[in-house]
Amino acid sequence: MDIKVLGPGCKKCEQTAKIVKEALAEAGVEANVEKVTDMMEIAGYGVMATPSVVVDGQMKIAGKVPKKKDVLSWLK
Amino acid sequence: MEPIQEDACNCKAPRTGGNAASEAAMERKTLALYLGGSVFFLVLWWILYKNLLPLSEAASAFLAWAAGFDLDGHLGSSISFFIYEVPKVLMLLTLVVFGVGIVRSFFTPERTRAILAGKRESVGNVLAALLGVVTPFCSCSAVPLFLGFVTTGVPLGVTFSFLIAAPMVNEIAVVLLYGLFGWKIAAIYAGTGLLIAMIAGWTIGRLKMEKHLEDWVFQIQSGGLGAEEEELDWVGRIRYGIEAVRDIVGKVWLYVMLGIAVGAGIHGYVPEGFMASFMGKSAWWSVPASVLVGIPMYSNAAGIIPIVQALLGKGAALGTVLAFMMSVIALSLPEMIILRKVLKPRLIAVFIGVVALGILLVGYIFNFLF
Repeated sequence: MDIKVLGPGCKKCEQTAKIVKEALAEAGVEANVEKVTDMMEIAGYGVMATPSVVVDGQMKIAGKVPKKKDVLSWLK
Repeated sequence: MEPIQEDACNCKAPRTGGNAASEAAMERKTLALYLGGSVFFLVLWWILYKNLLPLSEAASAFLAWAAGFDLDGHLGSSISFFIYEVPKVLMLLTLVVFGVGIVRSFFTPERTRAILAGKRESVGNVLAALLGVVTPFCSCSAVPLFLGFVTTGVPLGVTFSFLIAAPMVNEIAVVLLYGLFGWKIAAIYAGTGLLIAMIAGWTIGRLKMEKHLEDWVFQIQSGGLGAEEEELDWVGRIRYGIEAVRDIVGKVWLYVMLGIAVGAGIHGYVPEGFMASFMGKSAWWSVPASVLVGIPMYSNAAGIIPIVQALLGKGAALGTVLAFMMSVIALSLPEMIILRKVLKPRLIAVFIGVVALGILLVGYIFNFLF
């Protein structure tokens, strides 16, 4: 599984990355988590609000910090 | 009407007959709980708000009796001002943030972009400024939003109208101004703020500055993934509103208290007309000076209110203070540094220049009128 956390590095983006990692640990899922902070790359995803999470090429959330419950549902 | 929508949503995940039916009943119950809770909260809010003055008077009288100070003295009048204003402004803020949160749940950046794409410039500028107020926006995602707009056919000037209005005219600024200075000043601020956003955006559009965008902007493969449209039901919208209250009121309550404390001090102690010689109407240079000082400064609306309170209370002119507040909130050094990634220096200079000019005019007009 390939997970990308998009965001320039603001507080909410850090929170998002933390929650994603926690959810992964809780579900016992192995995944490659990458933080994307480059504006050009973020824009390339067509995201208009950060933080945003992309799971296996699918955008799951944009503009707010996800709840752990949400992240767990994406992992299934 | 809403329960039917609920059911329609539920059909997306069909299960075995009995299960789905009980789940629908569950969701109806949740909806009833949330709607009922909201109505209950509104009624409670209204009763409390209507009785706030006698309640706060009783509280300050009790405090004066317990601590042994005179209610009509300097200290007494400061304290009773504080005891009345803090719950009043926090209550107003909670209600408005909740209401705006629910309105915002209808406007995602994607939807706003869809409305703005392909609109004619003048109509587009007006719409963009208005949508800037209701679309959820955080200055840290200004660049992706800017790119998302410009690369999908929203004209540059229209995009700027949105970017100017979004931080400047927000619910926190308007509610705090209303609570502390009355509805007239709040309305003037919101109205002129929107007008500046519309006209400045339109002007930037007229200047045909597209070639002053960084070159890589045009290489972006627009479209990309696109967020999954999540259709919120009313439970979701109410939750969104509650979340907004927790997020925003949780962040700004301290500033609000500080602002009112400063105001209370001024109310009780500082003689009127103290600032009149520096920032009064007669000092013509005070408007450009406040704009110049305000541009590099960065603060959110809640943080600037204590300063506004202090300036106005000591006799500074309304236009001068409005100009200062607008330039602090709408133009800031950190935002310019973020936008520098997509805008060439010339366009940044034009952006600052046009908006500053608008703010300057507003400052002079209000000093002239009031």
